[in-house]
Amino acid sequence: MGAFTALVARDLRMAFAGGAWLPLAFFMLVAILFPFGVGPDGALLARTGGGIIWIAALLAALLPVDRLIAPDAESGVLDQLAVRGVSEELIVVAKFVAHWLSFGPLLMIAAIPAAVLLRLSGQTLWRVELGLLIGTPGLAALGVMAAGLTIGLRRAGALAGLLMLPLAVPLLIFGAGTLAPNPGSALLLLAASSLFLCAVMPFAAGAAIRAARE
Amino acid sequence: MTSVAVENLACQRGGRMLFTGLSFALGAGDAAMVTGPNGIGKSSLMRVLAGLLPSYAGSVSIVGRIALANEDAALDRTQTLADALAFWARLDSSKGVAAALEAMNIAHLTEVPVRILSTGQRKRAVLARTIASGADVWLLDEPGNGLDAASLDALTLAMATHRQGGGIVIAASHQPLDLPGAVRVVIG
Repeated sequence: MGAFTALVARDLRMAFAGGAWLPLAFFMLVAILFPFGVGPDGALLARTGGGIIWIAALLAALLPVDRLIAPDAESGVLDQLAVRGVSEELIVVAKFVAHWLSFGPLLMIAAIPAAVLLRLSGQTLWRVELGLLIGTPGLAALGVMAAGLTIGLRRAGALAGLLMLPLAVPLLIFGAGTLAPNPGSALLLLAASSLFLCAVMPFAAGAAIRAARE
Repeated sequence: MTSVAVENLACQRGGRMLFTGLSFALGAGDAAMVTGPNGIGKSSLMRVLAGLLPSYAGSVSIVGRIALANEDAALDRTQTLADALAFWARLDSSKGVAAALEAMNIAHLTEVPVRILSTGQRKRAVLARTIASGADVWLLDEPGNGLDAASLDALTLAMATHRQGGGIVIAASHQPLDLPGAVRVVIG
């Protein structure tokens, strides 16, 4: 457990030192620019705003992916951890927790001003917040998996995006589905997809790190 | 009791056999000096011993905790040297960082960010981490690279102290290191 908290603390520190505000700024920019794109029609904004928040959250989660694991593989940190007997699965779970903490809660806070800009009702905002709480861990897990699978590749950032976006489709569908009049089943399916990604992530990303070692 | 036993070890990288039939055994206080021309597999041997690479054939059994010092510093470039080493000290549950920094003559650099340290200073920081780790078996890959004469003396002293305390040193180097009584492992 000592190694786990040390890893999370280190990654959080690196994330905030290395611009964890960037995804947040990106998210807010999307929310600000969208009304300019579709015009000031309040009804249209209110109808599409929730979906836009989800798209923005997805892209914001993707931004730091090339900084999640690759630098540690390159600088030998992963090797040093392996020599100390820290398992790759533990490493990626720590990275997942730190990645989520660095963007999930911030996005949920940023969703409040974004909801105002997009003319979302209070009730819709609540559903967006609940959906983000359930869905962002899945996005973080996808990010860590994509980061693990693209270790050592050139243009890893773009490739990680290509890898991650299609896999995020269920989260997006069910996330946007929670904004429908009867969100019960969409919420459950969103939770199921998110949970599935979180459960698969340690093994997939851990195996990817081991496979990339040379 | 700390020990290292390597039997009939073979290593293959990228479809090319680097070495075969490598055997040696070390007990507490022993040292091995791995020599051989560039590209012959010294670093690969170190990685196999550290458990980072699978061996192609043969066996490695090491009793005791391992510390690896190779060309990858594994120190966070944006952090100060003190903070970067504190992370590893936390993982190693080590209290000896200050003494190790003193031993490698870099105690005055603790507040300097890792990214502006020179090659030699970074190498000394890596060696300081190895000393502080409290590991029983040191795997040193080219530990003398980039070190000046004074630092080489500090390294020699650190290795001797480690062996006196019952530790094992395995060093791969193309330059001579002062390791009295070391088993010579010649590859290639």
